[in-house]
Amino acid sequence: MSATALLFTLALLGVFSYWLGRKRSFAVVDGQAWKLHSLPSYYGFYTAIWCGVPALLITGLWLFFEDLIITHLVVGQLPADVQSLSPSRLNLVVNDIRNMVSGNIVSVDVDPTMQAAADHYIQLQDISKAALTVLVLIMVIMGGLYALRSIRKDKQARNAVERVVKVFLIASSTIAIFTTVGIVFSVLFEAIRFFETVPITSFLFGLEWSPQMAIREDQVGSSGAFGAVPLFAGTMLISFIAMVVAVPIGLMSAIYLSEYANKKVRAVAKPLLEILAGIPTVVYGFFAALTVAPFIRDTIGSTGLDVSSESALAAGLVMGIMIIPFVSSLSDDVINAVPQAMRDGSEGLGATKSETIKKVIIPAALPGIVGGILLAVSRAIGETMIVVMAAGLSANLTANPLEAVTTVTVQIVTLLVGDQEFDSPKTLAAFALGLLLFVVTLILNIIALHVVRKYREQYE
Amino acid sequence: MGLPKYTTDIVRAGLEKRYKREAHFRRLGVAAIVAGLIFLSILFVSIIGNGYTAFWQTFIQLEVHLDASEIDPEGTREQNVLAAANYGGLVKQSLRDMFPEVESRRDKRKLYSTVSSGASYMLEDYVKANPEQIGNTIQFWVPADDDIDMLMKGHFDRDKPESERRIKDDQIAWVDKLVAEGRVESRFNTIFFTAGDSRDPELAGIWGAATGSFLTLIVTLLLAFPLGVATAVYLEEFAPQNKWTDLIEVNINNLAAVPSIVFGLLGLAVFINFIGMPRSAPLVGGLVLTLMTLPTIIIASRAALKSVPPSIREAALGVGASKMQMVFHHVLPLAMPGMLTGTIIGMAQALGESAPLLMIGMVAFIVDVPGGVMDPSTVLPVQIYLWADSPERAFVERTSGAIMVLLAFLITMNALAVFLRKKFERRW
Repeated sequence: MSATALLFTLALLGVFSYWLGRKRSFAVVDGQAWKLHSLPSYYGFYTAIWCGVPALLITGLWLFFEDLIITHLVVGQLPADVQSLSPSRLNLVVNDIRNMVSGNIVSVDVDPTMQAAADHYIQLQDISKAALTVLVLIMVIMGGLYALRSIRKDKQARNAVERVVKVFLIASSTIAIFTTVGIVFSVLFEAIRFFETVPITSFLFGLEWSPQMAIREDQVGSSGAFGAVPLFAGTMLISFIAMVVAVPIGLMSAIYLSEYANKKVRAVAKPLLEILAGIPTVVYGFFAALTVAPFIRDTIGSTGLDVSSESALAAGLVMGIMIIPFVSSLSDDVINAVPQAMRDGSEGLGATKSETIKKVIIPAALPGIVGGILLAVSRAIGETMIVVMAAGLSANLTANPLEAVTTVTVQIVTLLVGDQEFDSPKTLAAFALGLLLFVVTLILNIIALHVVRKYREQYE
Repeated sequence: MGLPKYTTDIVRAGLEKRYKREAHFRRLGVAAIVAGLIFLSILFVSIIGNGYTAFWQTFIQLEVHLDASEIDPEGTREQNVLAAANYGGLVKQSLRDMFPEVESRRDKRKLYSTVSSGASYMLEDYVKANPEQIGNTIQFWVPADDDIDMLMKGHFDRDKPESERRIKDDQIAWVDKLVAEGRVESRFNTIFFTAGDSRDPELAGIWGAATGSFLTLIVTLLLAFPLGVATAVYLEEFAPQNKWTDLIEVNINNLAAVPSIVFGLLGLAVFINFIGMPRSAPLVGGLVLTLMTLPTIIIASRAALKSVPPSIREAALGVGASKMQMVFHHVLPLAMPGMLTGTIIGMAQALGESAPLLMIGMVAFIVDVPGGVMDPSTVLPVQIYLWADSPERAFVERTSGAIMVLLAFLITMNALAVFLRKKFERRW
């Protein structure tokens, strides 16, 4: 049976066993359900859990290891001269065999040993499928029988079911931790491998970035330069432009909406501004590349300045537009958290509204606003699609917003999209950049959350 | 004037200036909001202005003689015989018949390129479906080539010198002749909604990408909703106050702010390289997006659980429910609308996301419509990215058209979330 059919059968068997368990619970007390320890449905769930969960676990483990074991067995059967190939070549051979198994076109002419290996592979797959089906069915029947036999009048079925549910709840909540650990390890391992070939100092402080690797040994410029400073500079430049756009507009609109606007204006303007936050970044990227960049090139270019068509200004401007609602809603929260008594006190002393805002509310809300801006900066640094589509690829070390610069995220995408081998410094460099990106945004977030939280406590 | 006598005089003297500043500040606030709204409208106008034409496509009517000796000389009418015929030749023959004056090889090639390269396949499908027409001469509508389509939609300037135009004078003359004969028509572009990707803009559609998006979102929803709700329930209702719980909460808050591309790196390193899942598969995309949207769903679900008043819990426990029964029979149903709203917003976020999917190879050029979660596929935002990179002028309008479709989905989802919130919101 295929995996889907197996899961479907399992689900059906689960429902059936629920029914059996429920029926059995009635039977043990001759239909007098009040004599049972738990409600009858819990006996049903109890039986279904014993039927389904062990079988599901077995299926998961089996599917996870199936491929590995079959590949190992098939490789073991290959002729000795094939087995003695280097690991990467052997990998290619294995790939060819897999392609033959799935009926795709193969890169080499079919030679008999390969055909034999592929047949062997298919045979093993069939055996594995049959074995899994039998095993799962046995598990289901044994689990079901065990559960049914153990149903008695005073069996604490509810407690058992609730324990299983609680384990599931706890397991789900740990996924967040596993995700973080997964992120850290996946970027860290590859980054460490990268730093074995390229020293970390020349990565962090090198002024030249050109990750092309040589195809031949004696090629000119074969070394590839992995100095990430131009990328940091480009990221900073674009993020800075974005902040110059987003912070004043976001902050002022938050102030206006929370202090001046009447209910009607607020009810219309706020959701409209929030639409900006819901637009996919790829749309902003297209907008930047198609509309904003040519516009900037034509208007500023007409004054005689030299403007690149992938200028940092275009990408930064559009990124700023994207971040406006982010800054605005975070500032809105902190401004609203300032106690009304402070406004009343200031206005009672005769200050105008703008004076109250400038001298009382903003200083009081400042830590929260700064926290919000830090979160927005981390957003800008990690933003990918806008810069991929509208910023350049060449690593220029410049502070001129009219030139093309590249960013950390753009380089990660260009290094990893397309065919790649996993052990070239070029690919590994992407993970080193990813590590850096993760660390920087993490630090920014932690500082920001800390600042916001500390500030909130003051007024509660 | 002399020295002012009272404080009120000092205040009054500065009052005008202060009121001016007040008005100025207020105007700044209005200006900020107006600026935001202007950006929004420019964005929409530019996308819609570029994209609305994508929903129409120019078609050209050909007079094709379905030569029996060419298609099916034996008269068997068998599908594989019909499939082997040279339909491209028939289309070319029809064009040559319509424009007998075109003679040189180069001009002929130019003439053939006025209709889409997909015309021969459409003719083949037509003949297979209507074998009784073999031997007749039929009027057959085929999509025009993308350049002709652009010309008809007015995207090429006819007044420019010929050398600066993609479309040459003789091509314009042919098209004008066809228009005069009533053989050119603008029709609703069903290809755009039903086809997969293609290198030819007139044959490219979003159906493949939309299906990929749908499959990816299904995987995301099936995983993220139960996991997110379970996590929120555990943290709100069961978790003890200790370091471990704190650690989980800190992790969730941080994951909410991790750049999406980092999740892509995780997917590439763990799901593809370590576990060995196939590249470009909606399953892997769904897994990555699950991890990405989980924090959103968890945070919204926790807020929904928090808003259920303690009296509900106490009442349930008071009549003898176990803690688990209290949560699953009473608290969870009351919190469900809030959780669903959060989930829909998370799904909208996932639908618009593209950066992590680039990492796991969902950027491949895929013509086929995916049939399952293991088939290679792409998603709508990535399709937009791919088309935005294509040089053909016709892809600009198709990119904008695809964006309009994507935005329509997103707006619908968000409107649904707002509706749910309004409809089921309860103040206790």
